[in-house]
Amino acid sequence: MAPHTRGAGETAGQRELLTAEDVARTIARMAHQVIEKTALGSAAASPVVLLGIPTRGATLAARLAERIRTFSGVEVPYGTLDITLYRDDLRHHPTRPLEHMEMPGEGVDDRVVILVDDVLFSGRSVRAALDALREHGRPRAVQLAVLVDRGHRELPIRADYVGKNMPTARDEDVAVQFDEVDGRDSVLLNQARAGGADTAAAGGERHEGEGDRT
Amino acid sequence: MRHLLGTDGLDPAVATQVLDSAETMKQTLLGREVRKLPTLRGRTVITVFYENSTRTRVSFELAGKWMSADVVNVSAGGSSVGKGESLRDTALTLSAAGADCVVLRHPSSGSAHRLASWLDGTGTAVINAGDGMHEHPTQALLDAATLRERLGDIAGRRVAIVGDVLHSRVARSNVHLLAALGAEVVVVAPPTLLPAGIDSWPVTVSHSIDAELPAVDAVMMLRVQAERMHGAFFPSAREYSVGFGLTEARAALLAEHAVVLHPGPMMRGMEIAAPVADAPSSAIAEQVRNGVHVRMAILYHLLAAGAEEGQQ
Repeated sequence: MAPHTRGAGETAGQRELLTAEDVARTIARMAHQVIEKTALGSAAASPVVLLGIPTRGATLAARLAERIRTFSGVEVPYGTLDITLYRDDLRHHPTRPLEHMEMPGEGVDDRVVILVDDVLFSGRSVRAALDALREHGRPRAVQLAVLVDRGHRELPIRADYVGKNMPTARDEDVAVQFDEVDGRDSVLLNQARAGGADTAAAGGERHEGEGDRT
Repeated sequence: MRHLLGTDGLDPAVATQVLDSAETMKQTLLGREVRKLPTLRGRTVITVFYENSTRTRVSFELAGKWMSADVVNVSAGGSSVGKGESLRDTALTLSAAGADCVVLRHPSSGSAHRLASWLDGTGTAVINAGDGMHEHPTQALLDAATLRERLGDIAGRRVAIVGDVLHSRVARSNVHLLAALGAEVVVVAPPTLLPAGIDSWPVTVSHSIDAELPAVDAVMMLRVQAERMHGAFFPSAREYSVGFGLTEARAALLAEHAVVLHPGPMMRGMEIAAPVADAPSSAIAEQVRNGVHVRMAILYHLLAAGAEEGQQ
């Protein structure tokens, strides 16, 4: 799936932005911010649902839920929201496989939904996620949590919880790795690829999340 | 995947992808108030039916509409076909009118392949919705989806296909797909209703339904296609029913977990007894339900991706 081959640590043209310890610390901090901002556990708080955008957003949602439970004792339901059918760039890529979707049994009506993704880039995945979410009900509010905000927004979208802001060049590539998916935790910055395996980059059209790496 | 013309030679990996997508489509739409996805907005699907159909035409239309494609239905009776227009000219007209996909049902075997060759270079995809006695790949895929849902897996399962195999495009498509997905297929029919060249199919042949039923995980009953029969293939409908119909007594021979399938339309009392068709082991209604999701998945795989695969 990812065109990068890497051993432990960095390879040529690649810089490790966050180590496994950094990733763990960052997620812990994000969990604290979620607890604070949504007043989790207090009587007046609206119930919260975490929805991850596959693949790594889903992993991040599960980890956030685990941290939140540890820190606050509140069990926050989490699930995954597949946005493939709502993307605006389907025509520019070969057929994408559909991801499995798992809505928490409680649904999203009248809840605070926190969308979770690994990398925030153009904002187009989040737009697709908002469209997809609308089909599942009417949340009381929708917030956005990302591990890395790398800039270059193409839509008026801003994250409520950001693990790390990372200024990047447009043709660089931020790859988040999670143990559950990739066998290790880390965030890597891949420098501009000259004539790499990326065919979709020709038109300069790039997307965050999974799309970043196709 | 550029066109979907048959299951003979269809890559099992592609078939599995379509089945996976269909499952996700079903899951995605489950329990929704608004069954509408924006995925194929601006795409045009034209269904052209030279033969009668309820299920296939309706489910293609729903599949297209649920994904926001514009769906236009052409039936032979109400079109210029009645004035003598050839299939080729009809196809070129539809493509010129802006069809991204033509869904064709035609009484002549091989018509979908011809249509695809005529439309080569226009960027219009062709889906075979049944061509004569040749193939009906979307039916085979929805049968496979239903079997997967009921049995968990297809590989290693034993499936009996019973009845008018000679005239059945459903049988042909199912044999190739199920074999490619790793199932063991046995066809059961009187010798007069088996096609020439059945020896080269990846199946075992049997003439006794009673001998096969206890060992199968699924049995697929075929309709006796009177409209394609120009001769005496069996002495009488009653005799056929006694020899090859799935009666209640025969259904009792099936294993507990075995599934009964029928592609429809059913002739109750002929190839299948009414109580068997309505029993819990029957997946006939699910087949229709899955038909919409499978066709959504097929349209998604053919139409959602753009320029790289097509030639627009």
